[in-house]
Amino acid sequence: MKNKLKVVLMVLASISISGLVLQFSINAYIQILILQILMYSIAAMGLNLVNGFTGQFSLGHAGFMAIGAYTSAYLSQIFPGFLESTHLLGFFIFSILGGLLAAGFGYVVGLPSLRLKGDYLAIVTLGFGEILRVFLLNIETLGAARGITGIVPYPELGFLDRFWVSFFYIMIWFVVGLYFVWRLTRGRHGRQFLSVREDEVAALSLGLNTTQIKVRSFVIASFYAGVAGSIYAHLISIVSPSVFGFMMSVNIVVMVVLGGMGSFTGSIFAAAFVTLAPELLRSLQAITGYDLRMVVFSLSLILIMIYRPTGLFGSKELPDIVRSWRMKKS
Amino acid sequence: MKKFLNTTALVLAGLIGFSGCTKKTDEILIGEFGTLTGGEATFGQSTNKGLRMAFDEINGAGGIKGKKIKLITYDNQGKTDETAAVVTRLITQDKVVAIIGEVASGRTLVAAPIAQQYKVPLITPSSTHPKVTEKGDYIFRICFIDPFQGAVMAKFMTENLKLKKVAILRDVKNEYSVGLADTFVKEITQRGGEVLIDVSYQANDIDFKAQLTQIKSKNPEVIFVPGYYTDAGLITVQARQLGIKAVFLGGDGWDSPKLHEIAKEAANGSYFSNHYSTDSTDPVVQEFIQKFKTQFNELPDAMAALGYDAGKVLAMALTNAKEITPENIKNEIAKTKDFPGVTGVITLDEKRNAIKSAVIVKVEGNDKKFVTKMAP
Amino acid sequence: MTSESHDFLQHLINGLSLGSIYALIALGYTMVYGVLQLINFAHADIYMVGAFASYYISKWIGLEANPGFMALGLALLTSMVTCAVLGVLIERLAYRPLRKAPKLNILITAIGVSLLLQFGAQIIFGADPKVFPTLIEDKSLIDTPLLILKSLDVTVFVVTILALLGLHFLVFHTKMGKSMRAVSHSMTNASLLGINVNRVVVFTFILGSSLAGIGSVLVGLKYPKIEPLMGVMIGLKGFVAAVLGGIGNMSGAVLGALIMGLSEEFVVAYLSSTLRDALAFGLLIGILIWKPSGLMGKNTIEKV
Repeated sequence: MKNKLKVVLMVLASISISGLVLQFSINAYIQILILQILMYSIAAMGLNLVNGFTGQFSLGHAGFMAIGAYTSAYLSQIFPGFLESTHLLGFFIFSILGGLLAAGFGYVVGLPSLRLKGDYLAIVTLGFGEILRVFLLNIETLGAARGITGIVPYPELGFLDRFWVSFFYIMIWFVVGLYFVWRLTRGRHGRQFLSVREDEVAALSLGLNTTQIKVRSFVIASFYAGVAGSIYAHLISIVSPSVFGFMMSVNIVVMVVLGGMGSFTGSIFAAAFVTLAPELLRSLQAITGYDLRMVVFSLSLILIMIYRPTGLFGSKELPDIVRSWRMKKS
Repeated sequence: MKKFLNTTALVLAGLIGFSGCTKKTDEILIGEFGTLTGGEATFGQSTNKGLRMAFDEINGAGGIKGKKIKLITYDNQGKTDETAAVVTRLITQDKVVAIIGEVASGRTLVAAPIAQQYKVPLITPSSTHPKVTEKGDYIFRICFIDPFQGAVMAKFMTENLKLKKVAILRDVKNEYSVGLADTFVKEITQRGGEVLIDVSYQANDIDFKAQLTQIKSKNPEVIFVPGYYTDAGLITVQARQLGIKAVFLGGDGWDSPKLHEIAKEAANGSYFSNHYSTDSTDPVVQEFIQKFKTQFNELPDAMAALGYDAGKVLAMALTNAKEITPENIKNEIAKTKDFPGVTGVITLDEKRNAIKSAVIVKVEGNDKKFVTKMAP
Repeated sequence: MTSESHDFLQHLINGLSLGSIYALIALGYTMVYGVLQLINFAHADIYMVGAFASYYISKWIGLEANPGFMALGLALLTSMVTCAVLGVLIERLAYRPLRKAPKLNILITAIGVSLLLQFGAQIIFGADPKVFPTLIEDKSLIDTPLLILKSLDVTVFVVTILALLGLHFLVFHTKMGKSMRAVSHSMTNASLLGINVNRVVVFTFILGSSLAGIGSVLVGLKYPKIEPLMGVMIGLKGFVAAVLGGIGNMSGAVLGALIMGLSEEFVVAYLSSTLRDALAFGLLIGILIWKPSGLMGKNTIEKV
């Protein structure tokens, strides 16, 4: 027990210190990008469970993010003083609530649809995302087309500026999230997910309740999406139906596929890549006069699927790569 | 973990610091963010054209105190998170002294707090949500706000057209449309009018027959369509196809040469509130239309005109500022009074919103004929 | 007649008209899925390119000055050829290399192609909507207070039925059709039997894309506004229609599309206009949960 406490404290300390370093060393633009990368990584980690490990194809992840985002946003509207008085704890509570609600929806959506074949599931999840969007467009209390604006951002704490607090908060979810899926996939559940991916019929014949396994991965992934959504709400301070549309779901799917389905390291790297590449490509725009970023994005998607379908990391994680690198050297 | 993070951070910093190359000091850097790709791209692109034309004109005439304006434009793809990143980049990396953008209030609402935080003035050419300028004293707006236009059209309908029964067809996907519709409904009921039915569509729908058939059965005298021309054109066509004879009313979103192209005669006899009329004798307006046509080979729409005016208002502030710093620019913009813009005479009030009259125009073929002016 | 039932008749016509358009798109989806088990996300964007192709040819030749069947025919031809060529190119370059790959990969590639076409079109054609020329007069065939029926609506409906009949004949009474059915049943078996699978696939793409091409011109005439993202919603709905009717089944596609068109119309008319898009997906989810093989499909058992 004491050992675990030491580890937790060390993690918190390193987050705090890196936060400080980043707060003072790099400019605000890169700071925002880093925060967004971390946020999307959380969503991608979750989706990797479904698309990567369990081999199901979900195209509606943004819908679950929307649920988490709106939950957090709405609660912070109707309980205005709550977040201030509880400091960061309030944010955690809202994120958890958002995640739970998203997970609940994940269960409701997942249970009937995970009986369907791969392609069909994709369309159903896409459909769910769209239906949710249309409903949000029509609910006045949630702002309809305007959405919820002016959402409370992460506060400043003395000399620790908004970036540090946001970073600290998001990193905690990031680390906890990563730890959880890591342990999950290296244990019994992970093997079950993989068995469903590799050969569902065989898994069935071995007596595994494949639907339950699939739903489990789906619900967990939805929780992650909900948390990522609640982070979005406070980071960007505005949520509206158009934010969490099909394109966002596609973006996260790309992160999972590009990174390698079955590799969390990959998802994180890909999240960074997908977020940073368009920014870096802006200089291309200056040269050609046209904004070709989305064209490049879609083209790369096609090329990656044809030439390197396993993605950047395949199903390896960072330790595996370091290990094989070390082995090559010797 | 710490090492990993720190190295990554430094690498990133290096990478991106690289792309932010040397800045020439003899240029005035102005930033623009807008939706240049994606579903609402046509409005962002129009704004951009108007803005560019304004700055090209200024630069062609020698610039501001000898310095040329350099416009740095970033596309936010219609996304709010990208807006946050882009605006931050403009301010902290590109070090612009002022920012212009955007059409959609949702995205401007993300940009405004950031601009305010870093004390860089931001002018929105066409975001109509009242909350935008409430974000702080560095945020300005040169267009009407929603409540004004809705009220104007309601007043026009009851006082000028002397009609009472109206059906509303709103774009539920656009807060601009919803805002206009809501204020219109409020005003019209106060003035003794009757809203017979209130139905909606989503931007970029192509078939409105279902809603129009419903509207037809209620027999309204007027149909208020506070949406964009991209949909209004088809709506009028389909309404006439169904035999609906009611008069159409709209907002400034109707303003585009494409309206007549799509609707042809169907839109004739409709009225909408706008910033200017094509038969205006105001030389500022006529010159703008001519120049735009020459430069882009098409007639301007409301967004282009607003983009142009935003550029010109900013340019005047730049000229008046003793030294070009964000704070001085902010102070000068706040002083904008009786500025002769294409979209009307612009004066900014204490809330940094524009006090402008609206012009009601009547659609007659390709022309928008002046009908009357509505002061605030 | 009460105004309620008068509306009903009008709504019925509107719904059938809408449904016919969905049908032309749905047929393309269903055919490609039939042979390749692939949801061709790019199908609706191919449709969009066809519309633009006709638009530019019409402008270039000046077709609007001479409306009539000749102009219409030329526009249709341009669109069909463009779509067919584009479809074949996409199949060859993006889908064929992935034929042995897991389904997920090819689905993502399809999404990639779809996005490429959309964003590419925004750059090449510009994001602003263009006005499709009037190539043929839209006469009022019935113009009464009770009901308004226009010639374009009838044309679209008739074209759809003809397309369905034509396809049906092709698939069930020709040699190529037999090959198509064989490939959709089992690609490996078909090739073992000596069928040139690639040829069949290409043929299917040509057929499906041409239909989309026809659809795009008819839509351009009926709703004269075209823009690069015009395929998105209609594609989604066309796909839903195909699944609704039983994907792989052509009559099912048309039936599903008509049902979709009608229900959309009636939901908007009698419930709420904003639920229109939600309905499409609601229907989809409903049918997939209740009867995944669709209204006219067969339940297949997965063999070990």
